[in-house]
Amino acid sequence: MNPARRQFLTDTVRTACGVGLVALGLGVYSRNTRALPAEAIRPPGALAEDDFLGACIRCGLCVRDCPYDTLKLAKPGEPVALGTPYFVARSIPCEMCPDIPCVKACPTGALDPKLEKIEDSRMGLAVVIDQESCIAFQGLRCEVCFNVCPIRNEAITLEFRHNERTMKHAIFIPIVHSDACTGCGKCEKSCILEEAAIKVLPMHLAKGMLGRHYRFGWEEKQEAGGALVTPDLPHEYNLPDGMRYDHGGRGLIQSPGGEVPSEPALEAIPRRGGGL
Amino acid sequence: MAGKNLNPGAEARAKKGWLKASQWLILRRLSQLAVLALFLVGPVAEWWIARANQSALVGERTRAAQVDRSTAAQAAQDSASAHKAVATAAEDWWIVKGNMASSLTLGVLPLTDPYVLAQQIVAGHWPLTTALVGAGIVLAFYLLVGGRVYCSWVCPINMVTDAADWLRSKLGIKGGARFSRGTRYWLLGATFLVAALTGTLAWELVNPVTMVFRGLVFGMGLAWGVVGMIFLLDLLVSRRAWCGHLCPVGAFYSLLGAVSPLRVSAANRARCDDCMDCFAVCPEQQVIKPALKGADKGLGPVILSGNCTNCGRCIDVCARDVFKFDIRSNNPSTPGVVEKREVLP
Repeated sequence: MNPARRQFLTDTVRTACGVGLVALGLGVYSRNTRALPAEAIRPPGALAEDDFLGACIRCGLCVRDCPYDTLKLAKPGEPVALGTPYFVARSIPCEMCPDIPCVKACPTGALDPKLEKIEDSRMGLAVVIDQESCIAFQGLRCEVCFNVCPIRNEAITLEFRHNERTMKHAIFIPIVHSDACTGCGKCEKSCILEEAAIKVLPMHLAKGMLGRHYRFGWEEKQEAGGALVTPDLPHEYNLPDGMRYDHGGRGLIQSPGGEVPSEPALEAIPRRGGGL
Repeated sequence: MAGKNLNPGAEARAKKGWLKASQWLILRRLSQLAVLALFLVGPVAEWWIARANQSALVGERTRAAQVDRSTAAQAAQDSASAHKAVATAAEDWWIVKGNMASSLTLGVLPLTDPYVLAQQIVAGHWPLTTALVGAGIVLAFYLLVGGRVYCSWVCPINMVTDAADWLRSKLGIKGGARFSRGTRYWLLGATFLVAALTGTLAWELVNPVTMVFRGLVFGMGLAWGVVGMIFLLDLLVSRRAWCGHLCPVGAFYSLLGAVSPLRVSAANRARCDDCMDCFAVCPEQQVIKPALKGADKGLGPVILSGNCTNCGRCIDVCARDVFKFDIRSNNPSTPGVVEKREVLP
């Protein structure tokens, strides 16, 4: 083989291998950075994390237009994908500006411009994560989270329970509602404990989900305006004349005068689809 | 020759004077610092106002919050109001918001890095019009003045690698690892490939160019380490390793420079006395020879390679004023001769 050609091929393969290794390392590293720490909250309107990492160009315009210094860009060495915006609720929460300047500033749509009302944003979900430390659960009056919540009495409500310890007071328990909570983090910021008992978690950590096939019978029934399945047939006992069986706990009863209470006739029950 | 190259430009300085023999270098440094300054006016103003407003307030608030839990909510609200007050007071001081990836100047002019945007599109996200317009403006600008004007006139890493190269030649460090000049194009391809495969801007996780500029404007963190690594790479491992061989950002802008009208031309190449000063200072040495020494082969005097950064350092250090900035078309060459853009010296 021509030495020049050999040299060329060697150099090319060498470069390709080196760059290939770099690309591989980069790919693996980029997969790792998808694991956003739970305390790092994305700005309002941020796309789902996988899409966000492809859409955010790390320019910091959202950070600049945040009037409360809430947002910051991840620096090298921080456990958030380098240069992407986030905030930590316990440090500075989102003040939920009605004009959403951070979303307006985003040039790429990584913060979704379709978010028009800040109340519709879902940055995360507040969870009363430690009932053992929350002093409200001990029967003490606090309600700071309830009082600072910008969606007052909707995102966090107070539920009254009887205080079993004193036997004469009420316990005021904060309950978070996911249909109203935006995850702004003001409750976490204001929690009076040394370590907050209410914390904003990412949706995937905060929420469970029913099986996709699962339906609550009573809801379906109400929607359909009646039972959707054949009601169970009442059990028939083969009893001596004049006897009946009571499920309420009285057991076998001898009806006076040999009268048997009438059971509904089988023919009267409508059957759906002719099934079993 | 070797002895002379330890101090390239000495003859030019003696002949033309220090200022004339450093003018493009000085202008470049001013340009790099001015770009940075424009981004920093806003943050510095905000920091200044915050310092004046807050020092008294903060202590008071913290004490109040610790003493009485009923004031905790109030303290949080006060803190937010204080931030807002600072932001409002500093509003008029903003000239450029954002960083090199995307910025907004005086609230009207959007500028976006076309390379970052291209990665984003490859990763599968179609950007909003603002970013597309911004990238279009930047693209048009660099297509006009030469893509790698970004590298030599704007990028903050250039100061680091120039310093490393200066020290390397002062200390007489030679040899080291050998990278192909084409490695950067492979890396450029790799960044797009990884973006497409992962659906994320993977390169932006490690890109030292955007990392350092973002760091300077938004807070460095460990980015100083990256600056140090690039300095040591260029000082000890290989000459001009980062900007001249590896950086895919530079490779992207080189592609734009391949067609841009503004070029350096060895217009007075007949005067060249082979002192090699231009080679000694040039960050892309392979681009000079076809233009400077190609007269007898019928090649024109304009440096055609997109890898030329239009830094103008060769114009500075040439005692005989061989080089000048010129237009690509002003390039008389023998008709039919094969255009040659790069020759390794």
